[in-house]
Amino acid sequence: MALGTLNRKLGRDLWRLRGQVLAAALIIATGITLLVMARGVMVSLEVIRDSYYERNHFAQVFASAKRAPERLARAIADLPGVRQVETRIVEAAPLDMPDLREPATAQLISLPERGRPGLNRPLVRHGRWIEPGQRDEILLSEKFAAAHGLGPGDRLRATINGRRRDLAIVGLALSPEFIYAIAPGDLLPLEDHNAVVWMGRDALAAAFDLDGAFNNVVLDLSPGMDPAPVVRALDGLLARYGGIGAYGRKEQPSHAYLDAEIEGLRSFGLVSPAIILAVAAFVLNVIIGRTIETEREQIGLMKAFGYSRWAVAGHYGAFVLAIAALGAVIGSALGAWLGWAMTGFYADFFTFPYLYYDLDPAVFLLAALFAVASGALGMARGLARVLALPPAQAMRTAPPAVYRRGWVDRLPAGLVSPTGRKVKRHIGRWPVRAALTALGIAMAMGTVVSMRFMDDSMAFIIDVQYNRAQRQDLTVTFTRAQAARVRHDLAALPGVRAVEPFRMVPVRLRLGARSERIAIQGLVPRPVLSRPLDSRQAPIPVPEAGLTLSTILAQKLDAHPGDAVIVEVLEGRRPVLRLPLAATADDYVGKSAYMGLAALNRALDEAASINGTHLMVDPAAGETPYRRLKDAPLVRSVSRRAVNIETARKTMAEAMLVFSAVFTGFAAVIAFGVLYNGARVALSEQGRELASLRVLGFTRGEAAGVLVGELALLTVVALPLGGVLGYLFAWATTLSYDPELFRVPLRVEPRTYVLAAGVVLAALGASALVVRRRVARLNLIDVLKTRE
Amino acid sequence: MTTSAPVQDNRPAAEPVYRCRGLSKVYGQGEAAVHALRDVTMDVGDGELGVILGASGSGKSTLLNILGGLDHPTAGTVHFRGTDLTALDDGDLTAYRRRHVGFVFQFYNLMPSLTARENVALVTDIAPDPMAPEDALALVDLEGRMDHFPAQLSGGEQQRVAIARAIAKRPDVLFCDEPTGALDSRTGIRVLEALQRVNKDLGATTLLITHNAVIAGMADRVYRVVDGRVDQVTEPDVRHAPADLDW
Ligand SMILES: Nc1ncnc2c1ncn2[C@@H]1O[C@H](COP(=O)(O)OP(=O)(O)OP(=O)(O)O)[C@@H](O)[C@H]1O
Ligand SMILES: [Mg+2]
Repeated sequence: MALGTLNRKLGRDLWRLRGQVLAAALIIATGITLLVMARGVMVSLEVIRDSYYERNHFAQVFASAKRAPERLARAIADLPGVRQVETRIVEAAPLDMPDLREPATAQLISLPERGRPGLNRPLVRHGRWIEPGQRDEILLSEKFAAAHGLGPGDRLRATINGRRRDLAIVGLALSPEFIYAIAPGDLLPLEDHNAVVWMGRDALAAAFDLDGAFNNVVLDLSPGMDPAPVVRALDGLLARYGGIGAYGRKEQPSHAYLDAEIEGLRSFGLVSPAIILAVAAFVLNVIIGRTIETEREQIGLMKAFGYSRWAVAGHYGAFVLAIAALGAVIGSALGAWLGWAMTGFYADFFTFPYLYYDLDPAVFLLAALFAVASGALGMARGLARVLALPPAQAMRTAPPAVYRRGWVDRLPAGLVSPTGRKVKRHIGRWPVRAALTALGIAMAMGTVVSMRFMDDSMAFIIDVQYNRAQRQDLTVTFTRAQAARVRHDLAALPGVRAVEPFRMVPVRLRLGARSERIAIQGLVPRPVLSRPLDSRQAPIPVPEAGLTLSTILAQKLDAHPGDAVIVEVLEGRRPVLRLPLAATADDYVGKSAYMGLAALNRALDEAASINGTHLMVDPAAGETPYRRLKDAPLVRSVSRRAVNIETARKTMAEAMLVFSAVFTGFAAVIAFGVLYNGARVALSEQGRELASLRVLGFTRGEAAGVLVGELALLTVVALPLGGVLGYLFAWATTLSYDPELFRVPLRVEPRTYVLAAGVVLAALGASALVVRRRVARLNLIDVLKTRE
Repeated sequence: MTTSAPVQDNRPAAEPVYRCRGLSKVYGQGEAAVHALRDVTMDVGDGELGVILGASGSGKSTLLNILGGLDHPTAGTVHFRGTDLTALDDGDLTAYRRRHVGFVFQFYNLMPSLTARENVALVTDIAPDPMAPEDALALVDLEGRMDHFPAQLSGGEQQRVAIARAIAKRPDVLFCDEPTGALDSRTGIRVLEALQRVNKDLGATTLLITHNAVIAGMADRVYRVVDGRVDQVTEPDVRHAPADLDW
């Protein structure tokens, strides 16, 4: 059957309503953009990661020990499922950087004297590989080098096992092991403070007295091999050599963070678009429902002429599908482009050696599916109406509105303008329509909140982490455990005002069938500088005989207060303790466990008792304390809180610059789409009435005021509801983050609500301008001549 | 779309096109009930030009809507050439309207987003044996305004587009609800002439609603509707040409 003319009507209607069509399509487009962008970045990161892992032979199982004989490598290689074994020496050393007050920290990793490492092979990007036998030649991690302006030919001063060494940088390198080079306990990687230094095995063996021995081993497994049994077997082999627990890729810090980010993108890329597209569906419902109401005569007419109800419904369905298709196309294009830009941003944030961007064609299918689904939901109500409208009924104009006198009419005449009365009566006449419109506006505001609250949550984490939990100026760790009196030496340093010792020991926690590897912190009974906090950010006292776990860790172990957790200490005489879980600490980053320092030392039964201290330093002391720390041979690392805060702020600011700008733009588009459509539909509903007002002598402003006034009133009513919806949407968004490494607290600050309300009000203003222009252009004759 | 004819042409010669028996239509219920039609029994002859006369609110449009398959009666039956319209479902009624019926409405009811030609094509697109939209428009003297939108046409021109739209499918029956209601007498006469031409040339049974008694002068038969009843059916001795009518 020929439907040529109906299609022409479709085309004309789409063009006539192009403003509304575009506004509605843009709402869908924002959802699709997020979807395509997140998927694009996610897939590209996966591809880059996998190819990088493969080319540079990233290991699958990792383990450290105190000192294992090299011959153990054979036994490890004989474990079932093990394909390749690489033994290494891995240590830490402070670096004396002229441009830093405090020492930086290098992770030293051995390279075989001949050939290249079979696993975790660094990729030299500048300069050359180290020469065999050249004991002071090193490869340096590229980001650290860049942060200090270093390159091949420059030198680096390190204190290796208490001895000053002058190292020659011969190459700059990257490694799949350090795509995300974050130090334990830090919120973000400190590029200028954390270095990776690769040097010859002989040099490191000599320095750390590990001739014919290793303290770190990495394994590759046969394809498809489950790492768990290998990890268990390896633990068994290393136990008597001071093994501190083997682990698979899943727990390798760099991999775990990258994985969490990719997973985050995966769920964010579904949850956020789903919220937006639900809003879009709702807005479409309102718009289409009202548009159909204004076209009921045309619908009746088509039916009277013998178009079947399905043909007519198809006509309006096609209208909505066209909107959805436009949204899908715009969103896919924009999302593809933004995904490319974001992948570049990510590739830089994570240190990838190359950039690759690819879009799985399936993502466009998914986009089309999402768009059509939201369109279909959006027209369901309207189509039901089209199907149900009997032709004869539709031929009569909609029954004239029944206006009633209400409370407004009883107010003194001077108090409410005639426009105000009209607005109120109109809303009173169509309460459901008004409520739906208000709900649409509230949803728009809610979306704005859900796209912006992340800033609040991140700021909250930084505040909790660095202002309430950790208040020390410096944290110093030692190359090996020291007697408690060392803290007096530190207290005697010029400018040091407070010293709080701690001890960190590798342990394995067990509860039932679950187990977790972690470095437990032995703390003084009432820590003042660095302390665990409860969910109200109040410090938790450290119980003498009990365990405090971070929320994330407690969840992973499924531990509840009172449960007896088994603590296998993986150091010294390797005692096994049973400690009741006393409290959980509300940490947002990583896993942590705390216990009393005295109890820990009793269990270890060693003279030495601390391996780090937190310090408060008087700023007036200037450089002196830092210089003394740089010179101290027993110092392994020094971290300064101010640097952490600054890095966090800087990284946040950079991320915000990109993400927040994009998201706020999206949110503004959504808010404008909702309000503009509300205004335009109201205009077509009331066009005749407004034209009549103009004929009767009302000014353009007064006539437009009727419409804008109604919309403004609905907006004001919608704002508080929008705040509530925003909180709900934000909550739904936090659910999409895997809390493995990072818990996103649900924080929405007043400024975010204000911003969201501001965006909605700006959209209202813009829509009001459009309405005013339209009302000004209303052709009075035309409107009165044709019956709507 | 239904392709099989739901309405069979199995009438004996000189059978009426429509046979209504005990038609009534009630809107609403209880005290608020409005009896728009009360027990209407009437026949409409094949090829006739009938005029339905009656006061406002007497039930004329209701009657026409039921005959045209736009509405269902509350009680009674309507047979179109032997088929009971009241027994048809929505799909069959749609097919009935598509094949057999042309409508002209009091308020033109053109699609504002379609031109005159396209408004006609809207119907010819789905008719089995239509004339070209251009020919239909020529029949109502509008060949010069074919590509204008409704808002660019006068009221009389819009009504003639509506007539062209109704006749372009070569309907068996043509229903016109106050086709001249909004027009001056000179324009009204041109519209009536177009209708008469269609009645004669195409042989379409034509029913025309009006409350202007003068127009009854061109009818083969006049039905008077009073308060929901067909009160009186007359067959005037003389049929005037529309041009001879005067109001
Ligand atoms: N949907 C409806 N609900 C209730 N009453 C209705 C409805 N449609 C029509 N009526 C009533 O039925 C009666 C007949 O209406 P109808 O439209 O058939 O009158 P009419 O003769 O065509 O009048 P006019 O010449 O004014 O067009 C009127 O009293 C009208 O109020
Ligand atoms: Mg009527």
